[in-house]
Parts: sequence; structure tokens; C-alpha cells
Amino acid sequence: MKVLVPVKRVVDYNVKIRVDSQSQSIDLTNVKMSMNPFDEIAVEEAIRLKESGQAEEIIALSIGPSQCQETIRNALAMGMDRGIHIETEHSPEPLIVAKLINEIVKKEEAEIIILGKQAIDDDCSQTGQMLSALMKCSLATFASNIEFENDSVMVTREVDGGLQTIKLQKPTVITTDLRLNEPRYASLPNIMKAKRKIIDHFLPADLNVDMTPKLNIIKIVEPPKRQGGGKVKTIAELVEKLKNEAGVI
Amino acid sequence: MSTLILAEHNNTLLKESTNKVVTAANLIGDPIDILVVGNNCMSVATQAAKITNISKVLVVEEDYYENMLVEPISDLIINLMKNYKTLISPATTTGKNILPRVAAMLDVSQISEIIAVIDRDTYERPIYAGNAIATIRTTTEKNVITVRTTAFDAATNENNAEIETIAATNDSSLSEFIEEKISGSERPELTSAKIIISGGRGMQSGDNFSMLDKIADKLGAAVGASRAAVDAGFVPNEYQVGQTGKVVAPDLYIAVGISGAIQHLAGMKDSKVIVAINKDEEAPIFEVADYGLVADLFDAIPELEDELNNIK
Repeated sequence: MKVLVPVKRVVDYNVKIRVDSQSQSIDLTNVKMSMNPFDEIAVEEAIRLKESGQAEEIIALSIGPSQCQETIRNALAMGMDRGIHIETEHSPEPLIVAKLINEIVKKEEAEIIILGKQAIDDDCSQTGQMLSALMKCSLATFASNIEFENDSVMVTREVDGGLQTIKLQKPTVITTDLRLNEPRYASLPNIMKAKRKIIDHFLPADLNVDMTPKLNIIKIVEPPKRQGGGKVKTIAELVEKLKNEAGVI
Repeated sequence: MSTLILAEHNNTLLKESTNKVVTAANLIGDPIDILVVGNNCMSVATQAAKITNISKVLVVEEDYYENMLVEPISDLIINLMKNYKTLISPATTTGKNILPRVAAMLDVSQISEIIAVIDRDTYERPIYAGNAIATIRTTTEKNVITVRTTAFDAATNENNAEIETIAATNDSSLSEFIEEKISGSERPELTSAKIIISGGRGMQSGDNFSMLDKIADKLGAAVGASRAAVDAGFVPNEYQVGQTGKVVAPDLYIAVGISGAIQHLAGMKDSKVIVAINKDEEAPIFEVADYGLVADLFDAIPELEDELNNIK
């Protein structure tokens, strides 16, 4: 069983992003970038499948500018076997990402594709679902538990208000939720070892994927500022204001 | 061309999120049909037919639709989409599961979690967990959209629209429903609660969250937590409010012992009223709070409980 894990390079979750009002876009100059946290969970799950002998080979894939190789190295240092980088100028929209991943799935004959449930930059939560449509295969989003049986996979999903368990035919696409696992840190020896692992390189043209976007970003602006900073002195004053001024209790 | 709404329901009750999507769809301006797909769900269709300004309810019942499995429902919707310009649903776990699959089958990109409709092809949506708002324009003939329901009011129920039973498509049998465990708690879900009380690292232990439970029971609130409280093992991950947890926008958000890390603020700063209780007056949470109280939570929370007893 071959497992493919697409990983996205995003602004680190601890960074407060800045909107540049001149260009009406996000200012990414000198901003710390990291692997999307949900993708780290996907990487961890793939490594556990390899460690338990259920996966033969686990591959990390990233799509974007050359710096994405750092993100792939990070996945390799955690324990992925090898990497694939599809180099694009910018990070494309989810449908195009799904098409590029689908071409790699075909090349590699990967059976299980595990992705983060969403990227914390564009917050789209689309790529896994779209990939499943292109692969014409089963889909389990928001997974909090994954168990492999012979030809099928049991996945518990985090749905609004509870948990749903479904049984999927392979091949399948699974997207990860927070409770699935806790990703490991890469150890120093593994970071050294990762430097010798192979990263294959592709361009979208190699994969015959049309890169024309279907969505245009007209502008990006800051949300309306929140007027905070109000204070109360006592609980009694708080309750009185919530009841009579704000009318929320 | 018309708009098709995928209704959110549990085969018995239509969820209010569907009414909110109707409000968003009204802003798009095209005639609206609602699709009720499920099993033994005619009562849901009857409720949907009452929503003001909708043209028609399409209902389809099959046992393989009962649990909203994504593969057969995508196949059904794709068949219907030749008659519609726009497919739209609430950004619930159901909508988020199904709509992108349909979008890819249509070879269009989806616009996720819109908070405003500018025109038929232009929408606003939050990115970076609400720290920026993007205006997006589609270039395709068909649009697939999910709606952040906290951004729209619910449409009223003053209608008696036609209900049409439509044919099912085949079950692809790619997946099979095994079981569902809907949390037995009397409390509302975090993402739909009108009031949320959340604890942070300042709670000091998981046991101390019972103090928040008592307040939650009084207010009919949901209980949440910061990532710090989850990482410290006080409460499970499902409690987490923040950029990597749940994004919420209740009428009232009470942050207890939460310092206000960026990633937490990202998940709750669209709440209508924010209360912060923290003993550190420099805590960043106070910058977004409407009502900040600098106090030791172990004094303040029992006092809050007493005070709430007095007014109810």
C-alpha cells in the first residue's frame, strides 16, 4: 500500500498576518512559514501506517515555489520516505492543486491519500474532496480515527455535534482533523538523514494540467476593527451590563 | 438560471442554517429551489416549503441517502446541476464534505464560507481565520458556494411552496455507514451556540472546568477551551476554539483565564459580545473584550454563578 501526503507551506500559525492596504494583499515579506498544521497530522498518520507495517511506501508532495522543498524536507525529517515537488510560482487554487495531485496519484499508483482538512491560510477546505471527485473514489473528511482492514478502511469523522463512522473502499482520500494524532517533532539524526532523501521535481507542464485560475481575488482587506478595551469592576456590574446594556443574557 | 440549496437536516428537522442560506441566496437574486435529500424525510420537505421566497422543494428519499454519505449525494446533485447556475449550502460538516466534490465534478472552483454577496459572481470570504477578508470573483458558468451562517440572518417561514419528488440516482457503494455517535450532551454545539464560555490555561486543571459547566448549564451555553488548555490536557481537542480548532461567532463569548493568543482570537473575535475574566490586566484578550474584568477566576466564577442565580 502506497500512501501519498500532500503538504502545504503556509504562514506559521503563530504569526499575526498583515494586510498591505496599498496592494490590497497579504504582506508575506520575512514572515515565518511552516507546514500547515493539519498536514503535519496527515504526515504523522502516514508515518504510523509505515511503522505498523501497513504502508510500504509513504511519499510527501508539495506544490508551490522552490521554498516548498523546505516543507518537504520537514516531512522527510519526520519520517516520510521520499518527496515530490511540483514547482509553481504561487500556490494555486484548490481545484488546480487537486488536479496536480491526481496526476501524481496516477503516476505513483498511490492507494491512500491523506491531506489536512484545510489550510490555515486560505481556509478553503476543498482539496481532499475535489481530489476524491477526480479520482472517482471514496472520501472521508475530518477524520479523528483511521483503521485499515483488508480491502477497506474504517474512518471515524468529526461531524457537527458528534462522530460518524464509515467504511470506505480503497483507493480513498482522507482528510485529517485535530484529534487524529499528535504529530512528532523531527529528531536531529532524522533531520540529517532527511537531507539524503530524494525529492523529485516536476513542473505543471510535465503533468499537462491547465493552470488558468477560475477564481480571481479582487482585493484583500483587513476586517473591521473590533472596539474592545471596555472594563467592569465587579461581577455584579458585569451581569447587570450583559443583561441591560448588551441584552445577551 | 436558478439557485439550488442543499438543505441541512437530520431526516426529521430542518436546521435553521438552511434558512440562513436562503437569506444569502436571496441576495444572489435568482429563483431558489431547495433540495431535501435523505430517507423518510418528507417532514423536512414540508418545513422547507414554508421558507419565504423559495420557489420549490425537491425531495428524494432512499436508504443510502439517510446518513448524507458524500459519494451518492454528489452523484445526485451533479445530475440536477444542468438546471441551475448556483449550488449553495451552509458551511456545516455536511456542506463542506459534499460541495467541493460536486464543484470538482463540474470543473469549477468553490467559494468557501462566504460572509457577503456582492453580486451573482462576486463574494466576500474570510481568510487567515478571519484576519483578512478576500473579495473573490468567479469566472465560471456555474458557481458552488458554502455560507458562513453566522454572517446571515435566518429567512422567515411564510410560504407554501410546491414539493416535487425527484428520482434518485444509483448508489456508487464506495462507502458504507457504520454508526453515528451524536454527543448526548444537553448543551448546544460550539459552532451553533448562542453563548460560549471558554477556559484557558488559567483554569489550572480539567476538574476546574466543572465550574464553567455550571455557568454553561445556567446560560444554555456551550463550553470551549483555548489551545493552551487543550495542550495542557485539561479538556479534549473537540473543545478547542481558535484558528486550528473551531471558528465561532456566538452572541456572547466569555473567555475565562485565557490570555488571548493570536490563534485563539482568530477563532472568536467575530463574537457579538466578548467578556474576558483574567487576573493579568496586560492580557491581550482585554483588547478585544467589550467587558473585561481583572480578577482571579477562582473568585469570580463562583460569584458569577451566584449572581446568575439571582437574576433567573
